[in-house]
Amino acid sequence: MQTEIVIAGFGGQGVLFAGQLLAYAAMDSGMETTWIPSYGPEMRGGTANCTVIVADEEIGAPVVRNPQAVIAMNRPSLDKYEPLIKPGGVLVVNSSMVDRTPERDDIIVVTIPGNEIAEELGSRRLTNMVLLGGLLKALPVLPLEAIEKALAEHLPERHKKLLPQNYQALRAGANYEQEAFV
Amino acid sequence: MARELWKGNNAIAEAAVRAGLQAYFGYPITPQTELLEYLSWRMPELGRAFVQAESELGAVNMVYGAACTGARVMSSSSSPGVSLMMEGLSYLAGTELPAVLVDVMRGGPGLGNIAPAQGDYNQIVHGGGHGDYNMLVLAPSSVQEAVDLTYISFDLAEKYRVVTVVLLDGSIGQMMEPAEMPEMRPVRRLPEEAPEWAVTGAMGRQRRVLSSIYLQPPEEEEANLRILKRWQQVIANEVRCKTYYMEDARFAVVGFGSAGRVALSAVRAARAEGIPVGLVRPITLNPFPEKILQQYAGQVESMLVVEMSAGQMLEDVRRVVQGRVPVELCARLGGIMPLPDEVLDAIRSLARGEATLEGHPRDRWLQRMSLLY
Amino acid sequence: MVMSDIQEEVVYQRPVSLENTVTHYCPGCTHGTAHRLVAEVLDEMGIREKTIGVASVGCSVFAYNYINTDFVQAPHGRAPAMATGVKRVMPDRFVFTYQGDGDMASIGMGEIVAAAARGENITVIFINNTNYGMTGGQMAPTTLPGQKTTSSPTGRDVEVQGYPVRAVELLSTLDGASYAVRRSLHDPKNIRMAKKAIRTAFEVQARGLGFSVVELLSICPTNWGMTPDQALNWLEQHMIPYYPIGDFKVHEAIANLRF
Repeated sequence: MQTEIVIAGFGGQGVLFAGQLLAYAAMDSGMETTWIPSYGPEMRGGTANCTVIVADEEIGAPVVRNPQAVIAMNRPSLDKYEPLIKPGGVLVVNSSMVDRTPERDDIIVVTIPGNEIAEELGSRRLTNMVLLGGLLKALPVLPLEAIEKALAEHLPERHKKLLPQNYQALRAGANYEQEAFV
Repeated sequence: MARELWKGNNAIAEAAVRAGLQAYFGYPITPQTELLEYLSWRMPELGRAFVQAESELGAVNMVYGAACTGARVMSSSSSPGVSLMMEGLSYLAGTELPAVLVDVMRGGPGLGNIAPAQGDYNQIVHGGGHGDYNMLVLAPSSVQEAVDLTYISFDLAEKYRVVTVVLLDGSIGQMMEPAEMPEMRPVRRLPEEAPEWAVTGAMGRQRRVLSSIYLQPPEEEEANLRILKRWQQVIANEVRCKTYYMEDARFAVVGFGSAGRVALSAVRAARAEGIPVGLVRPITLNPFPEKILQQYAGQVESMLVVEMSAGQMLEDVRRVVQGRVPVELCARLGGIMPLPDEVLDAIRSLARGEATLEGHPRDRWLQRMSLLY
Repeated sequence: MVMSDIQEEVVYQRPVSLENTVTHYCPGCTHGTAHRLVAEVLDEMGIREKTIGVASVGCSVFAYNYINTDFVQAPHGRAPAMATGVKRVMPDRFVFTYQGDGDMASIGMGEIVAAAARGENITVIFINNTNYGMTGGQMAPTTLPGQKTTSSPTGRDVEVQGYPVRAVELLSTLDGASYAVRRSLHDPKNIRMAKKAIRTAFEVQARGLGFSVVELLSICPTNWGMTPDQALNWLEQHMIPYYPIGDFKVHEAIANLRF
């Protein structure tokens, strides 16, 4: 049994780190996991994405055509991944950066104004945590506590003082009142 | 030691350090550069040698020089850089020296791209340099396996006095997975613990010369035979292969590295559909797991080779099964990793009995590919 | 006077660092002289057992048969890279390369420049005889303007084939190079000067000062189509004006060494 999660956005939105947190949390929870980025020129200012797989057995392909869940941090990511999500899967959209509503009606769509929530908490850089919180609420593949533990252990030392804000951002995303519809 | 989340390239570097790596020489090239970057601080921290060479040509010849002293030595690169290294690899083979090379393959030919590919198969497995020689080729399909194989690659290189290549594609180099590191081995002291052939300065002994020159053909032939006999031992002792779901399989998928793990996903999906298919994942590409494949050629109805190159391994599988069963091809090129559903489609085709001994499987695969472009 | 009163003194003998064997070099070739100078320096410094030579490709490919130290054999042009590998794992050993002009200044230009730029603590003996000797006298990067070779049969035309390379001058511009000089092997006085330069170059290495190179102007009577005497004269008259003898880089720490 495995769950595939794609996190996509612009470089600098913390896409890769959010994915790594998921992988750390999965590993620390005793599960198998892979994290694979799109690498190279794409890293430099353009779009960035990573695929995280969480499983209870040896993982085969580290990338899949139809992921179970997607966090789309911007419009290009929404356009690229919305059609690919497995029926019944989860799409988390950062509505702060997206000027259209998702079209699929066979998936769970979670819309969160990530940038605004992050800014209210003190920094736009927390947007990735807000959306990650939203994802884990809709797709409880791992408990928020596991992500918080991974944050405490793997947030770069220079950012450690921001741990409480990161926790807040995760919770804010998870608790965001919205119309989640199937 | 606990599992840690490691990026493939970094994990290989640390595994080499723990295997007693004494000197690393490399040159930046995506998608292996993290390996060089990691060792640029890790080696000096431990008082070991690190040089960012002027080119892959420089790097491989620094490896050549350091290997002459009996030191544990390694370089790493990616496809275009490995092409440049072919000269040095042939010389290392001709001088019967152990060394380790990590090739993190990318799309080609030419400059190609930096995406994962397996197009170096022939160059590495069948030897891209001049002359008669073999390199021992280890093909990990996960970060943990990359760690484990890198760790033993030096022992294998020294036991048989060959170059061991850890051959992976960019996706394994770039991906992160949990891996457990082996324990740190002590570094070999030189010249005290140098092998009996090493050139370390003729302190109180007869001087030694390491060279790949045998000007008289009979001497060269003798050297070639000596190298070949050692290689026969490798074939006898070192074949590695992992199989999945093969006990009752009526169809077999064959794939290594990333292609192998993509195939694993497809095999599981096919099993879920009731197709009795298994996976043979070669871990040593040279020596190739011939006996195992021959054995399965007597068990299955047909085989499917999955690779990220244009049927390079396909030819080895066909050579081994000798027409006893049809072998079909499922491949993607140019830096594209096949997705599990593509492989699943190909497995379904086998299950429908569409595999055939007629014609060449590459032609049929090309025909299917022409639908894409 | 009775015989027992005669006092014998050894004034000249084969260096221990030179093998007692016949070389494959042509009659009159100055490789033998250069080998002997290196061997004498290794003897004088008492470092034969701590020295590792790196042979190159060209006529001196078999230098390891004549110089009595541990040796490795490099691919064409790659001796500085190979020497780097040896030196980095055995920094207390003396490591030298012995390279010709085709090897060092043509196919190996990348490796030699990079090694010098890194300040690699190795010594390079560079033999310049203006042609590819081993393959039968083709044009080299050091072939003089107008000089006839088997691949410049009407004489090197600089408009077509470009200009000769003054390799030590080029290397001397690199901060990593501590000693870069040119000497000649065409007469006894110059041969003595050449030996002092080789000694100095190894002293540079002994002090960990970085890269040292000694270019030795040499003759190739066979491929030049001359007798050895004619060749020595030709060197003096034609090579030295283009390749002046001199010191192009001398680290201050060894500037006052005298031998």
